[in-house]
Amino acid sequence: MNPVGVNAGGESSHGPPPSLWPVGFAVGIVCILVGLIVSWPAVAVGAALTVIFGFLWIRDVSRGHASLPQAETEAQGPPEPAPALPAHKGAPAMPETTPAEAATFPRSKFLEGATLGLGAAIGAVVTVPAVGFALVPAFVDQGQPDIDLGPIDNFPQGEWVITHFHLRPAEGDVTRRVAYIRYNGLSDNKPSFTIISNRCAHLGCPVQPGGLIQPDKTKDQKTSGGQEISITPVVGLSSFTCPCHGGSYDSEGNRTAGPPVRGLDRWTYDIKNGNLVLVTNYSVSTVEGTGANAVINKYRLTGPGQHVDGPEQIFYPWQPPT
Amino acid sequence: MANNKKKTARRETIEAAIIYPIDWLEERSGLIGGLRYFLFRKVPGDTNWFHTLGSATLTAFLVQLITGVILAMYYKPDPDKAYQSIRHITDDITLGWLVRGMHKWGASVFIILMFFHMARVFLFGAYKYPRELNWIIGVLLLALGMFEGFTGYLLPWDQTSYWATVVGININGTAPFLGPFIASILRGGAEIGPDTLSRFYSIHMLLLPGAIIGLITLHLYLVIRLGVSSPPWSKEAAGDDRPEPESTARPGLTRPGPRRGIAR
Repeated sequence: MNPVGVNAGGESSHGPPPSLWPVGFAVGIVCILVGLIVSWPAVAVGAALTVIFGFLWIRDVSRGHASLPQAETEAQGPPEPAPALPAHKGAPAMPETTPAEAATFPRSKFLEGATLGLGAAIGAVVTVPAVGFALVPAFVDQGQPDIDLGPIDNFPQGEWVITHFHLRPAEGDVTRRVAYIRYNGLSDNKPSFTIISNRCAHLGCPVQPGGLIQPDKTKDQKTSGGQEISITPVVGLSSFTCPCHGGSYDSEGNRTAGPPVRGLDRWTYDIKNGNLVLVTNYSVSTVEGTGANAVINKYRLTGPGQHVDGPEQIFYPWQPPT
Repeated sequence: MANNKKKTARRETIEAAIIYPIDWLEERSGLIGGLRYFLFRKVPGDTNWFHTLGSATLTAFLVQLITGVILAMYYKPDPDKAYQSIRHITDDITLGWLVRGMHKWGASVFIILMFFHMARVFLFGAYKYPRELNWIIGVLLLALGMFEGFTGYLLPWDQTSYWATVVGININGTAPFLGPFIASILRGGAEIGPDTLSRFYSIHMLLLPGAIIGLITLHLYLVIRLGVSSPPWSKEAAGDDRPEPESTARPGLTRPGPRRGIAR
């Protein structure tokens, strides 16, 4: 039994004798392919050639194959079938270096190290920018342009309206957001607004107004910056409620019941050329008082469900009160 | 008699014609031997139907792989077009309803089968030495499979999938310390925007399937290397007799006695 199987079968008996049939077979295939583009009769001829020569080829091959063992039986007995060599058996493809050789030729050690080191460097050059491209954009360039909500007349004093707008009009409806807005009248000769985000402070579902929504009185407007806003009045708003898990808030956005961990987020605003403009949004723990006289405990904007006060705040990025 | 002999000769010819290309491939690659080694390995005599749950899970994954590749030919991961393209697949394209249905319901089948397979391995004690590493790989596969479910759920881009994903991302965001960063990475920003959908799509159809295929390969490699375990009620002794420990030190939890016989 040959341990390595190099000579199994022997050099001389290595397959069928040469044959011309494969050439005809190939011509047939080419004929089919050309015929597919040129004409159907050519396909038929090609198919016929392929079948005929394929048959002859297979017959030739199998005859040669089947007759081989018999011829060898008389000459040298049945050949040992060549067993498939598992990868871990047989001789290694390259001779292994003995310790003595490694000591004599430290160059091989150097080449090993150089290959691994260069490979790591090339890998890093490719990987670092790719991973950075995947992760870093999530943390930079997060502002938005000012959001123009039209003239102050849109907002009657002391009444709530539902306002739809776009965070970034250029990016389309996926950035459409909602704020509940109430005009509180003049305070220190400046218009005062209460602007509450509809993003629930539990897990971010849209809170709904507890009042009579009047969709027939909706006003659609186009304002500067490509904004398309819509304003719908709500009569008798007394609370906000979240449809997802039942979080409840009073009309200032303070949590009154359910799973939210803080009050509703709010927007800072500005008056530009007589128009109400939303600037940034921020998070709120609680609000004391109402309307223009409200004292708001402000924090930097954080995600829903994240505590900004109380002992649980140690689990989240530090929030200095602002 | 002559007729019979002629038949046999033809049969030999046909067999030779079939065997020749197989031999050709085997001689040059050893792939046929490898395939035989994989398919016809020895298993304990008292394995039963519960041992097929792993193969069933693999089949469910392959169904997801194939239907997913085909769905990707028609789906458009753009906030303005995603929902329309799903409607188009379901309502207009020939057999689209079937392939999408296979992918949608097959997702649940895949997850359920993973849990059944895990329960079998746990209850049969098949996670024990020397198969602990395969249990760990299986747990990673379970996590990746559920992440596939989470990212795939957004793709129809309807109200249910949108708000479910908002809530899902924000649940991740409430995890202590790392949560807010994970949420931002998932969204690709502070807010869900136009890139969030394509981000989920890429994770769902490229990143996670690649990782899962790699881990399944490792999982199967270890199954082949370590063999299939007998059920706990088996009367056959698994593996060879245990050799006497050479050292006199007491084997304990951190120094188990030699158990060469099992890991063949």
